[in-house]
Amino acid sequence: MTRKILIYCFTLLALSSSFVWAQQATTPTGQQSDTAALEQRMKDMEERIIQLEGQVRQLKAQNAGQAPPTGTNANAVPPGTSVPPVSAPEPASQTAAQIPGSQTEGQGPNLGGATGMAKALNPDISVIGDFLGSVGKNNVRGVPSLEMHESEVGFQAIIDPYARGDFFISFGEEGVNLEEGYITFTALPAGFVGRVGKMRAAFGKVNTLHNHVLPWTDRPMVTDNLVGGEDGIDDAGASITRAFAGPKGIFLEATGQIFRGDSGDLFSAQKKGDVSTVAHLRGYRDITESTNVDIGISYARGHNDAQNIALLPGDFVTSLYGTDATIRWKPLRRSIYHSFIGRGEFIWSQRQQLLAFQRAFGFYTSGDYQLGRRWFVGGRYDRSDRSRDASLTDSGASAVLTYWPSEFSQLRAQYRHANYAEGISANELRFQVQFSLGAHGAHPF
Amino acid sequence: MIFKSKSRFIFSFVVVAMLLAFVLPSSAAKKLNVITSTSDLASLTQEVGGDRITVESIAKGYQDPHFVEAKPSFLLKLRKADLLISVGLDLEIGWLPPLITQSGNPRIQSGGSGYLDASQFAEVLEQPQGQVTRAMGDVHPLGNPHYWLDPDNGRRVAKGIAGKLGQMQPEDAAYFQQRFQDFDKRLTEAEKRWEEMMKPYRGRKVVTYHRSFPNFSKHFGLNVIGYVEPRPGIPPSPGHTIDVIQTMKRDGAKLILVEPYFDLKTPQSIASAIGGKVLVLPPSVGGEPDASDYFKLFDYDIGLLVKAFNETK
Repeated sequence: MTRKILIYCFTLLALSSSFVWAQQATTPTGQQSDTAALEQRMKDMEERIIQLEGQVRQLKAQNAGQAPPTGTNANAVPPGTSVPPVSAPEPASQTAAQIPGSQTEGQGPNLGGATGMAKALNPDISVIGDFLGSVGKNNVRGVPSLEMHESEVGFQAIIDPYARGDFFISFGEEGVNLEEGYITFTALPAGFVGRVGKMRAAFGKVNTLHNHVLPWTDRPMVTDNLVGGEDGIDDAGASITRAFAGPKGIFLEATGQIFRGDSGDLFSAQKKGDVSTVAHLRGYRDITESTNVDIGISYARGHNDAQNIALLPGDFVTSLYGTDATIRWKPLRRSIYHSFIGRGEFIWSQRQQLLAFQRAFGFYTSGDYQLGRRWFVGGRYDRSDRSRDASLTDSGASAVLTYWPSEFSQLRAQYRHANYAEGISANELRFQVQFSLGAHGAHPF
Repeated sequence: MIFKSKSRFIFSFVVVAMLLAFVLPSSAAKKLNVITSTSDLASLTQEVGGDRITVESIAKGYQDPHFVEAKPSFLLKLRKADLLISVGLDLEIGWLPPLITQSGNPRIQSGGSGYLDASQFAEVLEQPQGQVTRAMGDVHPLGNPHYWLDPDNGRRVAKGIAGKLGQMQPEDAAYFQQRFQDFDKRLTEAEKRWEEMMKPYRGRKVVTYHRSFPNFSKHFGLNVIGYVEPRPGIPPSPGHTIDVIQTMKRDGAKLILVEPYFDLKTPQSIASAIGGKVLVLPPSVGGEPDASDYFKLFDYDIGLLVKAFNETK
């Protein structure tokens, strides 16, 4: 009996041992394969999550206006500076059912009320403030001691797969002005880019620039005297542009524009046929990877206001001829610290008016050097005849110092000396504070 | 009869020759023209596109990709592009949109068949939660766009690009997939090598100038304890510099990683205050001549890091 029990116990022990041994022998392999499979499943799930997150981001970006995000504060920066949109897009999950007064609540149509998704399709909105102060005396072209010179509100979005829209509304202390508002057709055949609406004409360089991208607190004298002042040639019309590859790596861009013919005191249309025209040819070449040259020739023609003044029948036309040259240097490895832009524009004006045919000429040259990430210095020399009496010539010089606390604001001081044709000199110290809210689209180079 | 047959023969020959003239050059010479915003995407695209594509990058590897000038010379390249690949997440927000608009190329407009935002394939870190304001600096609301510095993201992006190229040129889809498989295999082998090299330094504390290395740090186990910039895109201030010095002293961090396009003055003053070292680490392909493709970028950076860690034990 005892022997039987012993044999039984031994057998049991042996079986147990063999089972444990078998477990020990097989478990590591089994566990390893299980672990590997588990790890692979986790990795697959992780990949799937990353894919889904990417899809969610794409959907969010599409809902946020279906626009290429335009966050650059062109206020204080050259093209190429990033500014994220200030606020996150409207959550896509905010459906009509969650919005009081929406149709899904069965209380009738929601007239004029944008629902969550509709709001997500709103354009990018930006505001750029331009505050100016001035000390010193100027009895010819004085400016207020302190003024909120301009508040530019921008609305920008892609309209459909074929076009985008840009509106810039300028609020001054005395009124509101549509500075620009146009549709750009981006999908025209043969590489043409078309534009219809109110826009700054492609005449020279400065005329195309908004106030907040100028490197000075004012515009050059030649702009004031010959090209219509601060607003310049800014009119309702249509534009067509095409870029070409020229010889030896030269980029060529030709622009033709037709406008209604009303641009401040420069052009004045008395009848529908008094349209003004602008043509611009631009040549650009990279000299090195850090240096490039940009040269343009411009022509503009339109009816002027001499007919109103003379009260005589007949066409009185102003023709403008211009050439501009810009040289830029920006070392790529230190592009955020150092740069130089030298620029000059030369403009000839031929104005028909009663008793005389005025031929006036004016120009400016300027240079702006970036000392560091936040500091810029610059200077400008001006000389220009006056368009209505070319025997009167103004001249002046400015020195400018600019500081950027960040990409979204800038402080500027400009000392300006002017000698006016009346024999009066003026010395002024002008101060400027510019600041940007929201997503202001980058301006063209 | 002979004359008739000869005429037929000549006619047939001419027809066949004309057909060949039309068909052969187009199929033999057709290459997708790809433009990428950065050199890293160009390198990944070249890996999977092989000789069936041409690819060119707008930004150079040693340029700050946030601040590229939208030069007119890029417009002509974009006009001819079949495909434009961007990093996305607002990295190119200040310069790419005006180039796209002015290019006159409907294919590469946002939402067009020839526009690809590569961020959709990547694991994106540092996605801000809650309201995003400029008080946070130049923060990217959709997440940190420097995702390509994780080899796993390189693999994901390459896979996505191979898929897109295959969609655009179906006759070469198998070729692009085969190229991707080969890239994947080589990347897996390289990753093992890189991870082995970085293994002794996992958990090492470092400071970086800008937030360019979160994906790299995550993949290779570095611990980023601070930044030279007080906030993204905001230049260093004296007060913040003192904070960084104190943090590095407290945590025993000795290494400051700086992208090639940032000024070294502040990082060097921090390094001299703590007895540490500044390491200029290119975050992009072409940032240094030796980092001439995606693999060599990691070879170069990891080689530098290992040397610097050994020097700052």
